[in-house]
Amino acid sequence: MSQDTLFDKVWDLHKVSRLPGGSDQIFIGLHLIHEVTSPQAFGALKDKNLKVKFPNRTVATVDHIVPTDDQSRPFKDDLAEQMIDTLEKNCLEHKIRFFNIGSGNQGIVHVVAPELGLTQPGMTIACGDSHTSTHGAFGSIAFGIGTSQVRDVLATQTIAMNKLKVRQIWCDNKLSKGVYAKDLVLHIINELGVKAGVGFAYEFAGPAIDELSMEERMTICNMSIEGGARCGYINPDEKTFSYIKDKLCAPQNEHWDKALAWWESLKSDENSIYDDVIKLDASKVEPTVTWGITPGQSISINEQIPLLNDLSPNDKLVAKEAYEYMSFKPGQYIKETPVDVCFIGSCTNGRISDLRVAAKVLKNKKISKNVKAFVVPGSEKVATKAKQEGLDQIFKESGFQWREPGCSMCLAMNSDKLIGNQVSASSSNRNFKGRQGSPSGRTLLMSPAMVAAAAINGKVSDVREFIN
Amino acid sequence: MKSEFTQPIGKISNINGQCIPLIGNDIDTDRIIPARFLKCVNFDSLGESVFADDRKKLKGKHPFDLKENKNASILVVNSNFGCGSSREHAPQALLRWGIKAIIGESFADIFYSNCIAIGIPCFTLTKELIQKIQKHKDDKFLFLEIDLKKSLAKSKDLNFNLEIKESSRKMFLSGEWDATSTLLENESLIENKCNDLPYLEFNNYLL
Repeated sequence: MSQDTLFDKVWDLHKVSRLPGGSDQIFIGLHLIHEVTSPQAFGALKDKNLKVKFPNRTVATVDHIVPTDDQSRPFKDDLAEQMIDTLEKNCLEHKIRFFNIGSGNQGIVHVVAPELGLTQPGMTIACGDSHTSTHGAFGSIAFGIGTSQVRDVLATQTIAMNKLKVRQIWCDNKLSKGVYAKDLVLHIINELGVKAGVGFAYEFAGPAIDELSMEERMTICNMSIEGGARCGYINPDEKTFSYIKDKLCAPQNEHWDKALAWWESLKSDENSIYDDVIKLDASKVEPTVTWGITPGQSISINEQIPLLNDLSPNDKLVAKEAYEYMSFKPGQYIKETPVDVCFIGSCTNGRISDLRVAAKVLKNKKISKNVKAFVVPGSEKVATKAKQEGLDQIFKESGFQWREPGCSMCLAMNSDKLIGNQVSASSSNRNFKGRQGSPSGRTLLMSPAMVAAAAINGKVSDVREFIN
Repeated sequence: MKSEFTQPIGKISNINGQCIPLIGNDIDTDRIIPARFLKCVNFDSLGESVFADDRKKLKGKHPFDLKENKNASILVVNSNFGCGSSREHAPQALLRWGIKAIIGESFADIFYSNCIAIGIPCFTLTKELIQKIQKHKDDKFLFLEIDLKKSLAKSKDLNFNLEIKESSRKMFLSGEWDATSTLLENESLIENKCNDLPYLEFNNYLL
């Protein structure tokens, strides 16, 4: 059993009681909500005649269903309009802070909370969204919950949960040029498998992780869940503190020093005990692309799609399904695969640094005529910043469409969808069957820089050929 | 899909029903309920849309469309079932289709907690036993009697132990799986915990 890790410290601090069944009752320091997984939770509160216990510990925004072209109200999609309207009413009724479209702070919930300084080390954070693990980049313990648990957090500010085990993933050396956090996390998921993290929290550590910016760390923790780990985190350091400083909700004045001292004390102790430790060499990671229907089915840009016999018995069943669904042949190279749609955005890679990297690749270049490409900033703040830096112009001049902030084609709940069996090069997080809106649509996950390179060539390409 | 739907309530100690095998590893919640069906403010109509895209593709041959499975209520799956999105819509859709319990090699964490929270016990078994059940064709289908008290399952010719997290088993047997009221019992402890948190004083925006 793990001891003295950041996870242990934060868990113990937030433990309210041991429940009769044996699980722990955990206090949730920050609760984030959005329009898709909260309406039924508010409905359940009403049925049980309960109130929101700590309305000031819940913050709302709207992201999954928002259109990225015309955002005027009412939305053209009646169901989407009903969902945003329901959230507006629930927030008003229960006095919950809501960052609506046009507030300047709307966006994907996992982009918005860190940029407001809401996400801080040592907190427990829950949200009805599996990518809540993103916030662990700050040394908070953050995890996705379902709607019944959203109800529980609204009603009690606590949830019932079994303590997770802790696996440290130690990343030696540093990433090479043209290789990004997305490549590293895809590599990790490929190495460990998509279910290795079940029952675990992942602590990402080592020189390669220390080297990453906060936004890159968010990309890593964001995809913990794709490796099966409901929670992923990184011990806070100077980068964490300076990212938070002066943000809207950051500790102010004399509180800053107190906060800093406390945050410092949270780090996993040098001799802390882990349930498991995995070591890997980050310098060996190359630009990575998924070829299948799970985020674990990935290869380096110059590799061939694995042969059935090269795979472990457990991976064969899904591999067969993947060859068929993706219409790929075992042994085929992923490089040069033609793509129809290029998507830059999502809670994984829709932040300002992601847009900067992609724009750098696209500058003074045109995208292929065969490709539809669009960029969806992660938040209104990201969009504003990008415009100030002229990134929107670079995207538009290259042939990319510039859209309004939201989750968009990561899960295709709005009108941004693949058609038929189109292939997308996507900076998002899931390549599941049908994920991007078409039941036969095919998704290749990659870094935003690689998406930009694919857009230019109209096929999967090695971004390193563009940046040297 | 069954015509009448009743929400599980109270103590759950026995589940008797026909098994419905669904073969495949890493079946994600996007497949269980595609995102377009998440545009709803209640769960009521999700049952008919469960596995919508997979079923459409198999044109009536998907296990959830086979006549012989019409009255099935125990889903038998392989490994990492329910991975991906945290959408509770997935188990809610299964529940509304008629699923009352799931037996699998393994489950994704969030999916598992969602199932427990809405009254669907999830049991694990070895790969070999799962495959044996999935292939069981003696009577065209397999009828199982699950006894949660003993963590046992039996049929006409099979008898085996089921694994379930002890905390989940206790919750179902005592009827406390709907956690809200249990959590609320500790109201004063919750207040104390909130006041003790170090970040209370410097998180000046939220509080």
